Amino acid sequence: MKFLCVDCDEQMAFEERKEPGDGTFGASFTCPRCGHKVAMLANPMETQLVGALGVQIGGRTLDEQPMELTRRSMVGREDAFDDAAPDRPGTVTWSAEGEERLAKVPTFVRGMVKKIYAEWAAERGIREITPAVMDEARTDLGLEGM
Amino acid sequence: MGPVSFRSYREVEGEDRSRLLEQVTAQRERVARRLESVNHVVAVMSGKGGVGKSHVAATLAAGVASQADRRVGVLDADLRSPTVAQLLEARGPLPVTDEGVDPAVGRGGVRVVSTDLLLEEGEPLRWREPSSERFVWRGVLESGALREFLSDVVWGDLDLLMVDLPPGADGSVDLKELVPNMAGALVVTIPSEEARRSVARTMRSALEAGVPLLGIVENMSGYQCDDCGAVRPLFEGTAGADLASEFGVPLIAQVPFTPAGTDAGASAAADLVEAFLGVLP
Repeated sequence: MKFLCVDCDEQMAFEERKEPGDGTFGASFTCPRCGHKVAMLANPMETQLVGALGVQIGGRTLDEQPMELTRRSMVGREDAFDDAAPDRPGTVTWSAEGEERLAKVPTFVRGMVKKIYAEWAAERGIREITPAVMDEARTDLGLEGM
Repeated sequence: MGPVSFRSYREVEGEDRSRLLEQVTAQRERVARRLESVNHVVAVMSGKGGVGKSHVAATLAAGVASQADRRVGVLDADLRSPTVAQLLEARGPLPVTDEGVDPAVGRGGVRVVSTDLLLEEGEPLRWREPSSERFVWRGVLESGALREFLSDVVWGDLDLLMVDLPPGADGSVDLKELVPNMAGALVVTIPSEEARRSVARTMRSALEAGVPLLGIVENMSGYQCDDCGAVRPLFEGTAGADLASEFGVPLIAQVPFTPAGTDAGASAAADLVEAFLGVLP
């Protein structure tokens, strides 16, 4: 999918992904020449159809986690997965507030979400994961509701 | 205001940042890489529910592992009605590592992955919001889950990975797309005419998709008396023989219904395993 600024005949650049938590999806694009912005807004069915393919509009910034689609989409039992693999030395730490928010994520998917946040933060040289970091990562990765 | 003139997708030469096609291609490549260490992928299928397909799959998996000392895995693709994990006494939780998700280990060392290990006890398969228009995306999600069961589970070195498909014609077609070099499918029926009609449709779909049919198992092929050993009819019909004749596929076993825990049952299971190994490429 590409977006074209018709006035400038210039391909628009992907800017931001947004998942407001109501099942819909949005992505904004900007014309690099005139700065004109547009937003693509997808309804829940369109959003789900793309999500169900296990792909991400705007491209993947992190590798897919094991069973990512299943864990994000299925309503599963709390103890289905054992994500107790030890954190690697030198990896990021979690603030108390970050841990508190993470604890609200269903355990079916929590271990995977924790790893995604950690990888996202490590790639950016962020040492500590706080709620603000989680907000930023969530917007960037489309982890709304997690 | 006149018509707006603008370039088409292919005329705009810039990068497609989403790379959706590449993402889908990468998913398929992950399946292929994961299955490089698996010698044979065999589907167990039927057109009709209630014929004992999962029971046959579990019996074969445990039997091949113990009788023939082979490394065996079972992927329960019957996502909505999973039973294989229970039949093979496999339990979760499933450990997650950087390599992927480790399967549970059941009877005979058989490696098992099933939604039975992921769903709350007694709860049906459900997907998260949105709840509207489910029929549109449910199938896509189920195909995605099947793909992940193949690609993201650390199956390891296996001689045989059995895929217990849900009843119906679509399962083998989907599997063939994900695993183009699958060894084939084993077909399970019961003797009745309604089973024959239903299973024939499924076999035709599989053949049209290029799935080799390895053999037919006629399950519940009579009732074996525990006292005298005589086998008496349980259903009217000769579906196994009829399907074998119609499709030119060997009827490898006719498994009688036997009382639980009897020598007759164990003997029938052993015969079934021998017959299956005989048609495995």
